[in-house]
Amino acid sequence: METLERIIAEHPYLSGIDPQWIELLSGCAANRKYEPGSYIFREGQEANEFFLVRSGRIAVEMAMPNHDPITVATVLDGDVLGWSWLLPPYQWKFQGRVVEPTRVFALDGKCLRQKCEANHDLGYELLKRFCKIIDRRLDQARFQLLDVYAVAR
Amino acid sequence: MVTIPVPEVAATPGFLVPEPFVVRRLTRETQDTFTLTVASHGGGDTSFVPGQFSMLWSYGVGEVPISISGDPAEHDCLSYTIRSVGAATQALVGRRAGETIGVRGPFGHGWPLAEARGRDVLIVAGGIGLAPLRGVIYHVLRNRRDYGRLILLYGSRSPKDLLYRKELAAWARLPDTQALVTVDYGGLNWHGRVGVVTTLFKYARLHPERTTAMVCGPEIMMRFVIRELRAGGFAREDIHLSLERNMRCGSGFCGHCQWGPWFICKDGPVFRYDRIRPLVDRHEL
Ligand SMILES: Cc1cc2nc3c(=O)[nH]c(=O)nc-3n(C[C@H](O)[C@H](O)[C@H](O)COP(=O)(O)OP(=O)(O)OC[C@H]3O[C@@H](n4cnc5c(N)ncnc54)[C@H](O)[C@@H]3O)c2cc1C
Ligand code: FES
Repeated sequence: METLERIIAEHPYLSGIDPQWIELLSGCAANRKYEPGSYIFREGQEANEFFLVRSGRIAVEMAMPNHDPITVATVLDGDVLGWSWLLPPYQWKFQGRVVEPTRVFALDGKCLRQKCEANHDLGYELLKRFCKIIDRRLDQARFQLLDVYAVAR
Repeated sequence: MVTIPVPEVAATPGFLVPEPFVVRRLTRETQDTFTLTVASHGGGDTSFVPGQFSMLWSYGVGEVPISISGDPAEHDCLSYTIRSVGAATQALVGRRAGETIGVRGPFGHGWPLAEARGRDVLIVAGGIGLAPLRGVIYHVLRNRRDYGRLILLYGSRSPKDLLYRKELAAWARLPDTQALVTVDYGGLNWHGRVGVVTTLFKYARLHPERTTAMVCGPEIMMRFVIRELRAGGFAREDIHLSLERNMRCGSGFCGHCQWGPWFICKDGPVFRYDRIRPLVDRHEL
């Protein structure tokens, strides 16, 4: 368990976090491996986890009727995947397809939600970290929507 | 009568009068983008600085500014990577080997290759914006000991819009070089990165204090990139941008490309960010 705590603490998402929270977080974490082609989660499924990617590559896809899915982002070493566990209705809005052999820490969102309710300091710390990620992704999504490489007509 | 002084050089072929160049080859890069390699009919010297552009003229259609995308170490030909978007560019990419086009230039200021000596070079390119920067990559690779690390961050709309795919793969394998590529949207057959070009910064190993950044792409993209560079600790004077405006003469006479106190054709197209910032921040960039 001590090793899991040490490795989790090294993930960039948790950089600089108060060591007391590492123990709490590790209690909700599991080490997982995924092979290329497998899906970590599917659109519409219950979102009770988020992932700290240790190594590998995951394509965040949007399923399209009568069409191959479209990848809207890729998630790599050191990234965080998923915040649907944070807010109701706790449902995945995209699907996560593994592109390269991937190792993650899966964090149990249900377990974390309970810990955050019981300990608002932990909840605030996690929310601040997620807000930073969401802010960046929102910026990137706006940039993506501008479709800047299209010819101006 | 008012006489407008015109320098003697203006009447020489290649300055205000197009010089005939013969098409050596045309290489397809993507569905709508081609690289055209031309040589002077007279076999003249074609030296240029990466970042400079030429005015390319198709008989009966028109003339357009296009950046030189070839290797500055080659002195007997010029290459241009052209995206076919309208009449003039379509006419240029419709040429066959042996046919003639008119060329004026090279015009403008190129990338700061001398200033960047002894430093790391960061290239951030979007879409066709990689074309004016390819010469920088050739130059750095050819003069490897004069420069530190070379980092290329390249973003494109989709996998099928990526330019120079074979070269990108080869550059990525070189020592002291990081070539990271991303596309805005990918499909099942694309195993690379997906996300806008600014998502690549996270994976680049950058040392802002010893790095010169050269950025080219649509102006909105450059705005996002500047923000990222500044947040990452880059000084304004270490950021260089290439700008585009409609052009006619290409040489500072007609005023078509005027932008505040500058003519983009003559004072640019490459500018140091701190020098143009008052205008960049006030205007649309
Ligand atoms: C300094 C400089 C360097 C350039 N270098 C290159 C280069 O290396 N390769 C290249 O392919 N192009 C380059 N361009 C852009 C190129 O000059 C234009 O695409 C060209 O003038 C279009 O002419 P056209 O007659 O084919 O199309 P037009 O009929 O003039 O335009 C067709 C459509 O394309 C759009 N369009 C025109 N120009 C641009 C543009 N620059 N960006 C986005 N949309 C545009 C127009 O809005 C229009 O809808 C450069 C421009 C400048 C100023
Ligand atoms: S194009 Fe004529 S002044 Fe620049």
